[in-house]
This record gives sequence, C-alpha cells and structure tokens, in this order.
Amino acid sequence: MVLHLTGDWIAQETGLRDAATVQRVIAEAGGAARLRFETGELGRWDSALVAFLHALRRAGAATAEPAMELDDTGLPEAARRLLALAAEAGPSAATPAAPNGDPLLTRVGRRSIANWAGAVAAVALIGETVLRSLAALLGRRVWTRGVDVLQSMREAGAGALGIVAIVNALVGGILAFVGAVQLRRFGAEIFVADLVGIAMVREMAVMMTAIVLAGRTGGAYAAQLATMQGNEEIDALKALGIPVFDYLVLPRIIALVAMLPLLYLYACVVGLLGGLVVSASVLDLTTTAYIEETRRAIAGTQFALGLAKSVAFGALVALAGCHIGLRAGRSAADVGRAATSAVVAGIIGVIALDAVFAVCANALGI
Amino acid sequence: MSGAQDDRLNVHGLTLAFGTRVILRELSFSVRRGSIFAIMGGSGCGKSTVLRAIIGLLRPAAGTILVDGEDYWAATEAHRTEISRRFGVLFQNGALWTSMTVAENVVLPLQMFTQLDSASIDALARLKLSLVGLGAAGERMPSELSGGMRKRAGLARALALDPDILLFDEPSAGLDPITSKRLDDLILELRDGLGATIVVVSHELPSLFAICDDGVFLDAETRTAIAHGSPGALREGCDHPTVRAFMTRARPEQLTAMEDPHGRR
Ligand SMILES: Nc1ncnc2c1ncn2[C@@H]1O[C@H](COP(=O)(O)OP(=O)(O)OP(=O)(O)O)[C@@H](O)[C@H]1O
Ligand SMILES: [Mg+2]
Repeated sequence: MVLHLTGDWIAQETGLRDAATVQRVIAEAGGAARLRFETGELGRWDSALVAFLHALRRAGAATAEPAMELDDTGLPEAARRLLALAAEAGPSAATPAAPNGDPLLTRVGRRSIANWAGAVAAVALIGETVLRSLAALLGRRVWTRGVDVLQSMREAGAGALGIVAIVNALVGGILAFVGAVQLRRFGAEIFVADLVGIAMVREMAVMMTAIVLAGRTGGAYAAQLATMQGNEEIDALKALGIPVFDYLVLPRIIALVAMLPLLYLYACVVGLLGGLVVSASVLDLTTTAYIEETRRAIAGTQFALGLAKSVAFGALVALAGCHIGLRAGRSAADVGRAATSAVVAGIIGVIALDAVFAVCANALGI
Repeated sequence: MSGAQDDRLNVHGLTLAFGTRVILRELSFSVRRGSIFAIMGGSGCGKSTVLRAIIGLLRPAAGTILVDGEDYWAATEAHRTEISRRFGVLFQNGALWTSMTVAENVVLPLQMFTQLDSASIDALARLKLSLVGLGAAGERMPSELSGGMRKRAGLARALALDPDILLFDEPSAGLDPITSKRLDDLILELRDGLGATIVVVSHELPSLFAICDDGVFLDAETRTAIAHGSPGALREGCDHPTVRAFMTRARPEQLTAMEDPHGRR
C-alpha cells in the first residue's frame, strides 16, 4: 500500500490533518501490513507532517487489524529522524491519567472523605495550637523565634493602623448619621452618643477590624505558606527537623492574638471620634455633652466583651489563614485559591462567631 | 560486600507511590559508611522521590529504610526528627527560604539546633558559604541569585550543621565545569576529611565517574533498580542496554543497532 504525500504541510498555514483523516487512511489501507510513502510531489513541510505520520503510526499500531507498520524509507531523511525521536517517548509517558468519569456516588464519597479530612486537620491544628501554647507557658522548648513574632506583629499590627482607622472612622460616622436622622424625629438627639458608643464598642469596632485583618493578614498568611509549600521551603524545614507548626504557624497566631485587641481599642477610639465629628456637624450638640453621654453609655463590661471577641477573632483569622495555606497545592493557581478561601473563611468565620457571642452575651445578660 | 554493621542506610523492598500511582517498587540498596553513593537513572524515574522517602517527606507504601540500623519509618515522629538531624539535604531546586538572605538561610539551622553565640554562628555560616564559593553573596536574597548560585547556597545550608549523612539532589546541575569540579573536590573532602557518607543524585557523567564508589541505577520502565555498583564498574561491566546507553551517552536503540546491524525494528 502506498500513500502519496503532496503539497505543503505547514502547521501555521495548512493546519493539521485531523483524526478522521488518519482513520480514513487506515480504513482505505484495508488491512495492508505495510504502508509505504511516495513523496515526489511533497512541498514544504514542518511539524504538521510529522504529527500526521506520528498519529498514523499510533493509530496503525492500535486500531488496524492486523497491526499496520509504516515503512519510512520513502520519507525525507529529516522527517524520518524526527519521527524516530517521537517514537521514543516510551511507555512511561503513556501512563493513564486518573479517569474523570467516575460515577456520581464515587465522586460524592471522595468529596466527603476529603472534606472530613479537612475538618479533622483543622481541629488538629486548633488542638496543636492549644498544646504548644501551653507548652510555651510551662516553659518547655518551643521552636518559635522571637524575631519572627515581632516581625509578624509589625506587619499585622502597625501595618494595619491606617486602614483600620479609615474603616472605623467611617463606620462611626455612618452610625452617627443614621442615628441622627432617626432620633431627631423624637427629639432624642443626645442618644446618638449612646447608639454610636454601644454599637462601636460592642460590635462594630471589633468586627470591622477583624474583617480588615482577615482580608489583609489572613489572606497574606495563606499565600505565604502556600508559596513556601510550592518552593519546597516547608519540605526543607521538615527535612531539617524544624517543627513547621512552631516555626511558621505559632508566631502568626501569637501576632494576631496580641495585635487584634490593641487594634480593637484603637478602632474604638477612632470610631467614637468619627461619630463625634458627624454628630457635632449635623446635630445641635456640644462636644462636651456628647462625650459625657458616651461615657455614661459604655460600661467596662462592653469593653471586656469586645476584648474577648478580639482575641477569639484574632485566633480564628490566623488559624484559618495558616490552615488553608499549609493544605494548599503546589501551583501558582493553588496559591491564589488559598488566599481567596482564607479571606472568605476568615470573614464568614468572624461574622458567625460574632453571632455566637451575641447569643451567649444575651444569655448571660451582659 | 561489607557487613550490615557498616551500612549507614539500608533500603529494603521499598515501594513508593503518589496516591495510587506507583513510582518505584521493590527497591533495595545499601549505602556503606564513608562511601559516595550515586543514585542514577533517566529523568523522571524517581530519584528525587527516593530521597524524599529517606528524609521523611514521603511515607513508603511498603518496605523499610534503616538508618544506622534503626527502622526510620517505624519510629515515632519525634524520633524520626532526631534521626533526620543526621541528614544534610540539598533539594533539586535549592529550596532556599526566600524571605531570608542567603546568610540567614545558613544561620537558621545553627540558631535552632546549637547553643553557640551569634558571633560563632556568623563565622560558621561565612565559612560554609565560602566553601561553596559564595562568601561574597551572604547578604543577597535568594531571588537575586542565579540558578547555580542558589544550588550552591542550598549546599551551604545542607552543610550548616556538619551532618554526617549528606543527600545531594543534582549538586552540579547548572554549574560550569570549573565550579562543578570544585564541588566534586568539596564532596571528596567532606568524605575524607569529615568522614561523611554522601548520597548524590546526578546526571553528570564526569563527576559520577570521578567521585562515586558505589551506586544504584533506577529505571522508569520497570520501575525498579536494574543495576548496582559504582558508575565506573557499570560502564565497564553492565550489559543492560539502558545502563550502557546512559553511561556512554547514546540512545538505547542506537546501541542495539550498532550491535545488531539487521535491527529488528
Ligand atoms: N507530587 C507528585 N505527585 C505525583 N507524581 C509525582 C509527584 N512528584 C513526582 N511525581 C512523579 O514521580 C516520578 C518521579 O519523579 P522524580 O522527581 O523522583 O524524578 P527524578 O528521577 O528526580 O527526575 P529528574 O532527574 O528529572 O529530577 C515522575 O514520573 C513524576 O511525574
Ligand atoms: Mg529529581
């Protein structure tokens, strides 16, 4: 059987022959044991020709019955050599990929097992945090370096002062404005101070700050750890026997747990100031009266509640970021996904935890 | 063959897999005290994976790895960490900690595992960097280094704690012949001077022949070891076509074609 190859075979210009053409050639060969080539009229050629011959050979070996052999003596010398090189990819390249057409039940099962493993790992991380913190408090050897803690504190705390100020001043101002419009109708302008004070100190300051840190720091933690994973930096730590938890996770948790309460207090001050500025400009209130009313409205317990929340939120944001970063894959896309899910998990977690706090505080009558 | 007493590493019946994908099966070899042991084989045959199993990053699907007679993977995690301290590892891509300078990369293991004061630690780190020819690059960040420099910095870090089992994944890949020769000398010096046992993964034939006195050849197709012995001995005496081709830098079918002019292809 002889196949005549004619004309130009240039991938960019003439395109590649598709699988149907290959099958047609095989079918027309009709069980011939050898296929020879006639290339007298062959024009210019490049990979397009080689790809066609390669496909033909694979199809000839796999689908034709009996297997068809290519007799490459008629081909141009260079094409023959390239074809021979392509043949050597060998069986290892043809390792079957994981089938993606699994039945629904298998996929559901696999997904559930993965989710369960994720949940177990998250709980394990929380447990490890508690144990290692206790160990540190009891004076055991912990492989955390002070410089790393300070570095994380500076990034998470001092670095966030600007954005925390802007967000909380605006929230305080908005609360004051909404309150002013409503309360003026009842002639109860002075209670704007109560509204802003209680809302900021109990809820908004800590929640807004935690959300800002979830976006700013939680996402960064996840991205950092995921990148380290991809660079084998974490493997290098493990190979040396430096505990990854102590060295990478603990400093970050300590930093956020220490910084969020401080940022919370700062946010309260800025938020109250924002409320004061707006109230003073839209309402007929003196600054002194406003401050006096605020002082009357917010008690120490409100601050205690806010501080308790800030500690919990700090731990949550740091844990979510580190957990997701450490479990991320090793590609650039995985780093992006890890950062995104850390931010989402942080924000949702903060709001959900805040709801739990609200219920508990209500039950306790705080 | 010397007695098992002298084996620092003993790998027996090792099967390695990622999930359900088996990379190597039934792999056995042992590394004598004070030898420079080569892990050879084509690209993608699982050399780096073997190293990952030895240093505790990939749990074998089956088989044992004995380090100085102790079963590495049967030990508790804490004990495994103890054993790992005997290892100095150079990763194939260097795996430097990119948020620290080169010098800090070398300093960190010393800070973590020794009680030395910071002046001595700095002096040691400078020494290790000079050993690999990077004395002047200590203050640079890993991202500012060339590929070969990163490799050498990784080597300096592997040497930081003076470990007595060194595992190098392609130490001389990407280095010029002169630096590569210097590295060979350094490896010989580490063995002869400090008594270290060294396992190298390498493709560089000249350096394999020059320094290695034992080795194992892995094959991607059969997924196991197809030859044992030093690179020099394999070049002279091994009949396996893949090994011959590797050692003489030929393509396997060219080799068979040379021996058998009426090739059966
Ligand atoms: N994380 C992983 N998940 C799945 N398969 C992997 C993973 N890492 C490596 N492999 C596969 O394992 C095989 C061996 O990889 P390995 O890195 O050990 O090769 P190697 O012998 O070191 O090659 P080279 O000389 O090119 O570095 C390859 O086929 C590779 O595709
Ligand atoms: Mg490798």
